[in-house]
Amino acid sequence: MENNSNQPYNWFTPFNILTAVVLGVGLVLTIARFGWGIGAVTNLDNNNPWGLWIGFDLLCGVALAAGGFTTSAACYIFGLKRFHSAVRPAILTAFLGYALVVFALHYDVGRPWKLPYPIFVSQGTSSLLFEVGLCVFLYLTVLFIEWTPAAFEWLGFKNLRRIVVKLTLLLTIFGVILSTLHQSSLGALFMIAPSKLHPLWYSGYLHVYFFISAIFAGLSMVVFEGSLAHKWLHHKMDDTHLSEADGVVLGFGKAASFIMMGYLGIKVIGLAVDNNWHYLGTGWGAWYLVEIIGFVLLPAILYSVGAREKKLKLIRIAAAWTVLGIVLNRFNISMIAFNYHLPAADRYFPSIPEIGVTIFIVFVGITVYRFITAKMPILYEHPEYKEEH
Amino acid sequence: MEFFTLHDFMTYSKGITYLVMGAILVFMPVYWLYLTDRDD
Repeated sequence: MENNSNQPYNWFTPFNILTAVVLGVGLVLTIARFGWGIGAVTNLDNNNPWGLWIGFDLLCGVALAAGGFTTSAACYIFGLKRFHSAVRPAILTAFLGYALVVFALHYDVGRPWKLPYPIFVSQGTSSLLFEVGLCVFLYLTVLFIEWTPAAFEWLGFKNLRRIVVKLTLLLTIFGVILSTLHQSSLGALFMIAPSKLHPLWYSGYLHVYFFISAIFAGLSMVVFEGSLAHKWLHHKMDDTHLSEADGVVLGFGKAASFIMMGYLGIKVIGLAVDNNWHYLGTGWGAWYLVEIIGFVLLPAILYSVGAREKKLKLIRIAAAWTVLGIVLNRFNISMIAFNYHLPAADRYFPSIPEIGVTIFIVFVGITVYRFITAKMPILYEHPEYKEEH
Repeated sequence: MEFFTLHDFMTYSKGITYLVMGAILVFMPVYWLYLTDRDD
């Protein structure tokens, strides 16, 4: 790890200026949203009450944050300690991902002071949304606790850190259970709308599809985020992190490839069970094949070739491709193939302020990630705790 | 393929599904071997 602490920090880099502009615009949009209501900034209506904020900020945010439970399960439950250096960045990404999901949800539902109501005041225990809300609330708490050792090391709180580290295995198991529950429930939410979602995307197995796809989304996100960190935060990484990075990319690439092939298999089973083959010859079928072949099969093959030939660049490309594929899948289910029977005039397309708020939230995440990785031992081990693993 | 009863439909779709599942059962171990055969 290089020590750049003596060099003055240059605040006026192009990325910092872009971040400042996006955050400034986002604050204005936030004032507009909460000052004039949801109708003032969105194209949502009674036909499309869920739009980009649910389709991207929530569905993609939760799926791509699955790297937290997959990486910690690989390391602490399956005992693959060679992935240990990937755990903290993955936990941080997951924690920020879930925190931003909750943050973004405020824009959709409004009245932030009512957020605790579904959990503490009026529980709708027969609702899938209640289950999702409860799991996200609990898992965000778990991720926060899993992230605290890094903060405690930074702050020098040795006793608190020791207590939390002892809870690692318990928290990991709890995280896996909660993730299994709510990742699948997000898919199950769309099972109450069989007449609205196109039959190629609607399935009695939607909850299984969401859970399985979240696993390889999480693995891909760890590789993708690791690649970005290597490019932009290389100076923050210590020798352990750098030496283990290639093994993480190879191992996760191989796992993602295998899971993606399994996912493809159960997607074909879904087609066969509902006898939906004839839809493949339609325009919607072509779009479905673009998603399944272009964004699942091809990256899975790319992952496999990269893992066999030890070509890390190929795996990194496949990871970015898979992340895009997950976004496309969630967009298809929540927006593109949803209300497919409506005339074009009644179809939903996000407004510019909606897109602006989504970009704002992504930049909030990047800014907080940069702050935490700059201050806390995320990409390197704190010198005082090196021997404790 | 025309279906006149739910039984017709289930027989056909489940028949195809079992064939697909059989193919997956054979394919996945082979794919695993393909992925791992160059491991140290």
